[in-house]
Amino acid sequence: MGRFAAVLLIGTALLLSSSAGATAKGRIIGVSWSNFQEERWKTDEAAMKAAIAAAGDKYVAADAQSSAQKQLTDIENLIGQGANVLIVLAQDSAAIGPAVQKAIDEGVPVIGYDRLIENPRAFYITFDNKEVGRMQARGVLAVAPTGNYAFIKGSAADPNADFLFAGQVDILKPAIDAGKIKTVGEAYTDGWLPANAQRNMEQILTKNDNKVDAVVASNDGTAGGAIAALAAQGMAGTIPVSGQDGDHAALNRIALGTQTLSVWKDARELGKKAAEIATLLADGKAVSEIGGVIKFSGGPKRVEMNSLFLSPITITRNNLDVAINAGWIKKDEVCQGVKSGAVKVCD
Amino acid sequence: MTQSKPLAVRFLKATELDTRMLGMVGALALISIGFHLLSGGLFLTPRNLWNLSVQSSSVAIMATGMMLVIVTRSIDLSIGSMLGFIGMIMGVTQTDFLPRLLGFENPATWAVSLAIGLSLGVVLGGLQGFVVAYLGVPSFIVTLGGLLVWRGAAWWVTSGQTIAPLDSRFRLMGGGPEGSIGADWSWVTGALACFAVILLLANGRIRRRKFLFPLRPLTAEIFLGAAACALIVGAIAIVNAYPWPVGSVRRFAEANGLSLPAGGLFIAHGIAIPVLIAISVGVTMTFFATRTRFGRYVYAIGGNPEAAVLAGIDTRWIIVKVFMLMGFLAAVSGAISIARLDAATNSEGTLAELLVIAAAVIGGTSLAGGAGTIAGSMLGAVLMQSLQSGMVLLGVDTPLQSIAVGAVLVIAAWLDAAHRRRRA
Repeated sequence: MGRFAAVLLIGTALLLSSSAGATAKGRIIGVSWSNFQEERWKTDEAAMKAAIAAAGDKYVAADAQSSAQKQLTDIENLIGQGANVLIVLAQDSAAIGPAVQKAIDEGVPVIGYDRLIENPRAFYITFDNKEVGRMQARGVLAVAPTGNYAFIKGSAADPNADFLFAGQVDILKPAIDAGKIKTVGEAYTDGWLPANAQRNMEQILTKNDNKVDAVVASNDGTAGGAIAALAAQGMAGTIPVSGQDGDHAALNRIALGTQTLSVWKDARELGKKAAEIATLLADGKAVSEIGGVIKFSGGPKRVEMNSLFLSPITITRNNLDVAINAGWIKKDEVCQGVKSGAVKVCD
Repeated sequence: MTQSKPLAVRFLKATELDTRMLGMVGALALISIGFHLLSGGLFLTPRNLWNLSVQSSSVAIMATGMMLVIVTRSIDLSIGSMLGFIGMIMGVTQTDFLPRLLGFENPATWAVSLAIGLSLGVVLGGLQGFVVAYLGVPSFIVTLGGLLVWRGAAWWVTSGQTIAPLDSRFRLMGGGPEGSIGADWSWVTGALACFAVILLLANGRIRRRKFLFPLRPLTAEIFLGAAACALIVGAIAIVNAYPWPVGSVRRFAEANGLSLPAGGLFIAHGIAIPVLIAISVGVTMTFFATRTRFGRYVYAIGGNPEAAVLAGIDTRWIIVKVFMLMGFLAAVSGAISIARLDAATNSEGTLAELLVIAAAVIGGTSLAGGAGTIAGSMLGAVLMQSLQSGMVLLGVDTPLQSIAVGAVLVIAAWLDAAHRRRRA
């Protein structure tokens, strides 16, 4: 009991001192990350930190290490540390609900970062995943307006995989209905593993005796697997393949000509934007003052929320310089093994 | 008793073939024919069988090591992660570290990268074996730790970035048209294999006579030799019936200044290099397991650890060696997987440990220790891969694939237990 009281005392003291600090030096922006296992989030974090520091605010963060359980306590701790606003990358978008509600009840605005948190008073910022799917399909369709299409979808356990596929079908449906495009293979990629994508692509090729004219792959990892399968049939570089993420290996493949496009979501843009919105919300500004905000209600529970969707960029061999100029990748990484005269950027 | 049984059964007994193994071959044949019919004649084609052989090789290689690990009553949950980590190291070695010293596409790059990977496999495996054997931590825990540690390490090597493309010579280990040995060499390999089988049978007979062991009837011996050779010839004929795809032939012709005849050029794939590696591993491991003191000790430890210690076997050192071997094989599989994908990714080999354990169990390895065969485990790997690939051919989606593979695993283990009880 004594220890409990002590913890309580220290906690209150910390709370008081930190909130005192908040009013004096600027806002405290609390960020709850789901995990740092993927390279991706470190990139987001760096951009977010820079934007927060530029505004003269304080960045406090917690890493839930892929545990929805830990994220609940993380959020309580961040509120305890006096956060004026929370940015939450949800590990489990449903399980996070009560913690988010609690934060909002305490008057702390919450921004759902990249993954949807369905709460009418939370803000949602992400890249438009359905749009990513549309862009993938558009890029492939431009190269192969007719013919046999194979779809290498993402992991069945990831809702984003279905958003992507829905976007792809959006664009291709007219051509499919008109009989110009035939779907000859469609497979989920268990765990997004490239090796699984490769096996599925091999089987699709076998099934169709190599009569595949285009591959719509949902990200760069699965695209890499599909391209390895195509290469074994001497078909790499002869038919269009889409991707997503701007993986370094994928950008190199685009320069080499084996991959057609990669839809690139500049994670740093997302991080920066989230930080800016956090600052505005912390100051109690109205959501309407943020440009580009729309009402979104396309989640599973159809909750209407204020949202901001950033548009990704399609990178093809014609605009590889965008990624290089943004400092995302070095030129010699893009151009490794590319013959001179083949790609403008590499000369 | 024997006299009352029909002739076929008596003959089968005389060949001393493992009935369990025959059962597995039968199951495999049933599955294949089933898929063949359901897929409209796509499964039993040279192309699909060739693909299947390449797809199975990585898991089959590790299953041989896992069999020995399980026989000693241990388990290794870390091999998938270890494969990923070693793959990343081999990837970085050949695309970043060596090119700085030797330049890109140096002829030695593939060998140096592979050697580094294999050594690392032995070291990591040995480390886990040491903790299991000498520090007395249960292997389940040690390798569960390894699963997390090596996966983390794989991520850490490049902060999660994918390494691609790889060295063009290294890539041959992954198969593909260039990564196969062609028709002529395949026939040479087949002839050598057939000759080796006959030699082994003859040698076995001579040794049995020398030690006054009961002999197999001569007809059974001839039957065994003929059957094995027929299988080998059949397999070679199948892989030689799978031609290079048109695109590869065109590129090959262009590179060599050949003009293509109107009907195209028929270049056979032949045996894929990863399959050749897997077969060599299988043969070597069978030799280790059945013909060496090391192998005998492994089974002795699995059969009864206390008795093995009392018999003067250095059980701890044997266990370290088993884990070293497992690490080595994980590195071999790692090399094949990254070469096949032409990329080293930090997720490479995720859940591979479970597939490998499942292959060993389907192949008749007893989790109670002491029993299991190399050939069975490799066959288990092929069986599982057939199920998975066949379902993709039929367009069955991943969740259902997992359900089917899981069910087969449990059924196989149950049949195995029933089989053992009946024999006991």
